[in-house]
Amino acid sequence: MDFGTLLDAALSSALGPQAIVFALAAIGLNVHFGYTGLLNFGQAGFMAIGAFGLAVSVTTWDLPFWVGIGIALVATILLAVILGFPTLRRRADYLAIATIATSEILRLILGSVEAKDTFGGSNGLTGFTQTYKDMNPYSGPLDLGVVSFSRNDVWSITVGWTLVAISCLIVWALMRSPWGRVLRSIREDEDAVRSLGKNVFAYKMQALILGGVFGGIAGIFHVLKQGSAVPTDFNTTFTFYAYAALLVGGAARVLGPVVGSILFWFPIAGLGSFFSQATSGPDPLIPAAIMTDTQASLVRFIVLGLGLMLLMIFRPQGIFGDRREIAIDGR
Amino acid sequence: MRLRLAALLAAVAGVLILLSPSAALAQATPTPSAPAGAPADNPLVDGQNITVTLLDVKGGKGKPAPVPGVTLTVFKDKAGGDQIGTQVTDTKGRVSIPIPSNGVYVVSLDKDSLPAGVSLSGAGENEKTITARISGNNFAQFQIGAAVTEKVAFSEKFTNAVVSGLKFGLIIALAALGLSLIFGTTGLTNFAHGELITFGGIMTYAFNRGFGMSVILAGICAVIAGAIFGFLQDKILWGPLRRRGTGLIAMMIVSIGFALLLRSIFQYTFGGSTRTLSQYVAQGRNDYGPISLSPKEVAIFGVAIVAIIVVCIAMMRTRLGKSMRAVSDNPDLSASSGLRVDSVITSVWVLGTALTALSGVLLAINQQVNFQMGFKLLLLVFAGVTLGGLGTIWGALAGSLIIGLMVEVAPVISIGGYQPVPASIKDVGALVVLILILLVRPQGLLGRAQRIG
Repeated sequence: MDFGTLLDAALSSALGPQAIVFALAAIGLNVHFGYTGLLNFGQAGFMAIGAFGLAVSVTTWDLPFWVGIGIALVATILLAVILGFPTLRRRADYLAIATIATSEILRLILGSVEAKDTFGGSNGLTGFTQTYKDMNPYSGPLDLGVVSFSRNDVWSITVGWTLVAISCLIVWALMRSPWGRVLRSIREDEDAVRSLGKNVFAYKMQALILGGVFGGIAGIFHVLKQGSAVPTDFNTTFTFYAYAALLVGGAARVLGPVVGSILFWFPIAGLGSFFSQATSGPDPLIPAAIMTDTQASLVRFIVLGLGLMLLMIFRPQGIFGDRREIAIDGR
Repeated sequence: MRLRLAALLAAVAGVLILLSPSAALAQATPTPSAPAGAPADNPLVDGQNITVTLLDVKGGKGKPAPVPGVTLTVFKDKAGGDQIGTQVTDTKGRVSIPIPSNGVYVVSLDKDSLPAGVSLSGAGENEKTITARISGNNFAQFQIGAAVTEKVAFSEKFTNAVVSGLKFGLIIALAALGLSLIFGTTGLTNFAHGELITFGGIMTYAFNRGFGMSVILAGICAVIAGAIFGFLQDKILWGPLRRRGTGLIAMMIVSIGFALLLRSIFQYTFGGSTRTLSQYVAQGRNDYGPISLSPKEVAIFGVAIVAIIVVCIAMMRTRLGKSMRAVSDNPDLSASSGLRVDSVITSVWVLGTALTALSGVLLAINQQVNFQMGFKLLLLVFAGVTLGGLGTIWGALAGSLIIGLMVEVAPVISIGGYQPVPASIKDVGALVVLILILLVRPQGLLGRAQRIG
């Protein structure tokens, strides 16, 4: 058992681009679910729209990179408006079902053979990251002893954590403003807010758009760090993992989703590395009769499912959350 | 046409009987369809590989015939890229080519090596792109022989689509009834419901292949196992959560965790591959007036309809059914009228999970068994329940049938040569309907408006 490799795998996932994508997506979910009480189960859809907004603009339509970013962000706002209109007046589980259905529709259409000319089919699109790569000021890989990152990863980490920091600042500033207090009161008691003369629908819509844009940024960052936009990356499971990350850290806390993503990826990558090492080699630690290396990659998902259940049952407020503030219930 | 198929089958049968490659060649040469040079057996590669089995769906009598002697080549990233390996299909029509790592691969089929009379159907694509993500077998499929259906009249295509839509709808309806019962009495939007369908399918497989039971007996055992599973779930997980007053949203997220847990356990124990039951895999079709159905499809229709009728009558007439509806209507009033709400909910879990397991059994018989079979159905089940009206039994039934029809009929419809819903994304139509229903009539077709907050 090589604990150096194990620690490297765990740390580079927890601090690297993978965790950043989750942190950004979870910040969006935090605005939706943590602060406003909206159950958005389609964050993967917002990410897909952002990712393909950029990829299609640059690769298919040959537009400049920054125009592509603009189109991607406008597209996520549009998606939020279209989704919000029918569902925000309904009960919470209706938004949940509508968003999860929308994200699946998007994934299926983006990956369909018929739209291959525009979206690239199941292979997705590549070749839109040149501007992003050219901006990389680093000249070589970074080696910190216990963990090392490639040149591209160092750049992605710099950009990514900067984005996370800015997003957190925005959320922090907004949520201590009067606007943010209205959102929290909508979460607590929608009818009371309405009786005070606030337009609940408009506030919910603004929250849905804001969180959706964070989701879109997560999607853009995901395809930039990866170099390709592949539809299957944006499946529902991704949304559920992002929820898990948010709930680990604690909903309705500015830094909850960020800490959550780091703490989510550290054990996931660590367990993955541990079990793949324990089952590989000529004389594996765990005999193949009990666990093969294919099965080894699944142990972490079993742990993840169990962990999410236990977390919701025993500590629904997460690590930093406040049970009094986040009395999770539907409206 | 028939001659060609018979020849192909004869060649394959000859190979199987003689079990010798050289003799097989001698046997096969006179027929025009089985080319020389087909290896007797390409063993499945251990470790990561791409496996293609070429089957002529129009060959045999309702049983697809393998196509030997076809050259397949695997390239990395794109056709004409780095060549990973090439192989000729064996007598089972199979190639298994090892690949080095995860990534995108293109499988290219050499059209010239196809036996005479056999051609690719559909769009005639001879390249398939595979994104390898799992370390075991990655499968690619080529459409062969289905081209004949392209000339089928619209009316016949439409009738077939309606029949398979109704069949699919009934399978969804069983699961939707289960979901609706549970939602009605507990208010839980159960995201683990898809895994309960898979549970039925995998249990059928386990009893069938593992204990050597017949498929029918295995199906019955799987439904019983489903009922027990439902009972245990309520006793161990949902009951205690209910009693400590966990909120509905928190329970919904618990169900998401439960779904992840179950799905990973299924994949761990069952593996990532798709497997078939031992009986009723491929059956010929009999004509019943304008429609043609295989015996297993008739059985699926029969079992599903009987099960639904029995459940509906039980809900209307029996004491337990009435108390279930009472609890679903108003738990507090039921409790104060002397109903034991908790035991009623336990029986709802048992009944709901058993019905859902039955849906999984029928799905396994209709198609194949896979660890994701229920997960892929989950959204359609949600769509059916929402369309009909959350928490109503008749609504779940009607909604599921409409969704089943939508899924199967939509790809058949083309307006002036333009297909609004291509077959490759046929679920999209049903999901769009789901969203439109939320927009126009959120309480569903048969739901009551006052249920909505």
